[in-house]
Amino acid sequence: MNILANIISLTIVFAVPLMLVALGGMYSERSGVINLALEGIMVIGALCACFTLQSFDKSGFGPAHPQLSMFLAMIIAAVTGMVFSLLLAFAAINLKADQTIGGTALNTFAPAFAVVVTWAVQGQGLTTIQIPSWIRITQENFGLEPGNGFWDMLLFKYFYLTTPVAIVLFFAAWILMYKTRFGLRLRACGEHPQAADSVGINVYRMRYAGVLISGFLAGIGGLAYTIAVGSGFSSSVGGYGFLALAVMIFGNWKPVQILGSAVFFALFKVIAAYNQSIPFLPKFEGMKDQSSLYQMLPYIVTMIVLIFTSKHSQAPKAEGIPYDKGSR
Amino acid sequence: MKNKKPLAENQMFVAVLASVISIAVGLLFGYILLLVLNPAKAGIGMTAMLTTGFSSLDQFGKVLYQSAPLMLCGLSVGFAFKTGMFNIGATGQYTIGAFCALLGAIAFQLPWWACLILSLIGGAIWGIFPGLFKALFNVNEVITSIMFNWIGMFLVNLLLANMPIMLASAWGASNSDRTANLAQANPGAIIPKGGLDRLFGNSSWINISVFIAMLVAVICWFILEKTTFGFELKACGYNKEAAKYVGINANRNIVSSMIIAGALSGLGGGLYYLAGTIQYVLEKKTLAMGFNGIPVALLANSNPIGTIFSSLFISYIQVGGSAMQPNFSSESTDIIIAVIIYLAAFALLMKGVITKVLKGKGSTTQNADSAAEAEKEEKA
Repeated sequence: MNILANIISLTIVFAVPLMLVALGGMYSERSGVINLALEGIMVIGALCACFTLQSFDKSGFGPAHPQLSMFLAMIIAAVTGMVFSLLLAFAAINLKADQTIGGTALNTFAPAFAVVVTWAVQGQGLTTIQIPSWIRITQENFGLEPGNGFWDMLLFKYFYLTTPVAIVLFFAAWILMYKTRFGLRLRACGEHPQAADSVGINVYRMRYAGVLISGFLAGIGGLAYTIAVGSGFSSSVGGYGFLALAVMIFGNWKPVQILGSAVFFALFKVIAAYNQSIPFLPKFEGMKDQSSLYQMLPYIVTMIVLIFTSKHSQAPKAEGIPYDKGSR
Repeated sequence: MKNKKPLAENQMFVAVLASVISIAVGLLFGYILLLVLNPAKAGIGMTAMLTTGFSSLDQFGKVLYQSAPLMLCGLSVGFAFKTGMFNIGATGQYTIGAFCALLGAIAFQLPWWACLILSLIGGAIWGIFPGLFKALFNVNEVITSIMFNWIGMFLVNLLLANMPIMLASAWGASNSDRTANLAQANPGAIIPKGGLDRLFGNSSWINISVFIAMLVAVICWFILEKTTFGFELKACGYNKEAAKYVGINANRNIVSSMIIAGALSGLGGGLYYLAGTIQYVLEKKTLAMGFNGIPVALLANSNPIGTIFSSLFISYIQVGGSAMQPNFSSESTDIIIAVIIYLAAFALLMKGVITKVLKGKGSTTQNADSAAEAEKEEKA
């Protein structure tokens, strides 16, 4: 039973970054800007947040107020993610640049920048930023006895502030997209910007908003990923930005479906890591390195799903096309 | 060269100037970043990056050796660009190509040229998918490419882990996280040095791969500029609907363009890992070489001949980058490369500005082949 609890809690902790980043990608794409830079934004957000946590740890503020420090680190991650995403917004919206190439540039920049800065700050060769252990929420925070039972494992083994915040952000993202005037306008800009402009919506501003929201969510997602991995930040988010793109497509650019596909993808990641200890999985006798097989599966499933859904794809119609006021 | 046009109307000149400006801005940005991080050592770091490549024959040999796979990945990305496709999947094709080459070399004990052909085929197979998905199901090739980069990497890891004969541990070494050393497994699969090692002061890096890559670049140029097939490919890139209207089978061209692009990346993987100096290490992240084909192609404006020079440049600063340690991380060069890509993203805008500066207002239509000469001088 403890294995089951372990798998469920790990799936949740890995689904959190995937969902946040995929929601970010959704906001950007539904405003009409393809955001290939999610991976890079995650790296920058995680880098700045981890440095923040480290400095809190050294100053003694962190151990004294762990969850407040964590919350501040998340804000730092979100803000730096937004600042970094401005680079994409500027190129894609003002300069009408090729969005995929711009995103590729940011993805090249971010990990290199992270390594160079970490190297310069911590000294040569020390390229991993250690995350302090006090950020985890434990039973003691609720006045409970520590234990190793099923519910203890399920709830507290991998419980971080990012999880409840992600749940709040999920509902906020859903409401913002479907229940507000802003959301309707944003979606209009991704479907038919000329029509949106003709009724007085500022397409440029809406697209900036879309990209900035994606920077906000992807920045937090970067920190959430780093926490989930648990071994500190080494200038990489392991391709989760790209995986989040797959989650977004798999989720048809819709929040609820994105949540579902994030859990689905996270489950495969966890199975890949724990496939030896899960009893009900098929055992391929004599096959080595089965984790590669399970890690490959989400990508293959995405491709198969794309074959069947692309004819009726829900992808925003105007994504990837720079909006030019002059052309009608 | 008969009817000389003003500089501003020479598209090639403007393109080269745009690339040179991108490089200059990239280097400047890199220098400023180094200054911010470590003012005392910034000068030393930058000098290391910019001079190491020419500092010794051994290092220059390394520049040439690394430029070969870069050139092929650049050709791959550029070839796809010409058909209007963004081949971000070069790294997956490169990985599969490397695997096929090593499979031929170690498991089947084939000679080096046969292994290179295998790498070509492997890359081509991996290139089919983005092309086919785009042509049949209208799936964006960027998405397919990214998915297949990861599928390719995990597949190669899975296959290598289940083929004990491929691993170094089967050939007298103790580690099982990488492929066998070719010198032990099959010396005949190592790409010959062709006497170049003596010319380069016994450099362990140099072999004939850079000349193979240059030959391939010339072939690509010939296909694109001198054949009907190449014309059809470019027509699809300029305007797919117009190409369809005049009877060009756009879907077939998309698939063949991606097959060729995949084959080029695959060959790059073969050239890199058959040199005998590097062993394939089982990776947890996709290889950087394929991604670096993107700046190579962008700097060259997708021109195959230009790719020769841009890959030499990227390879040169990368070799310089590893000499920046321990003052700075070698990733500093990637920052410069990133700035170059970023600027290339709005290359059209930049070219417009250059044309305006040179000539008041710009209108460029014609493309002079003779300007290729000018570009060679500019970059060499």
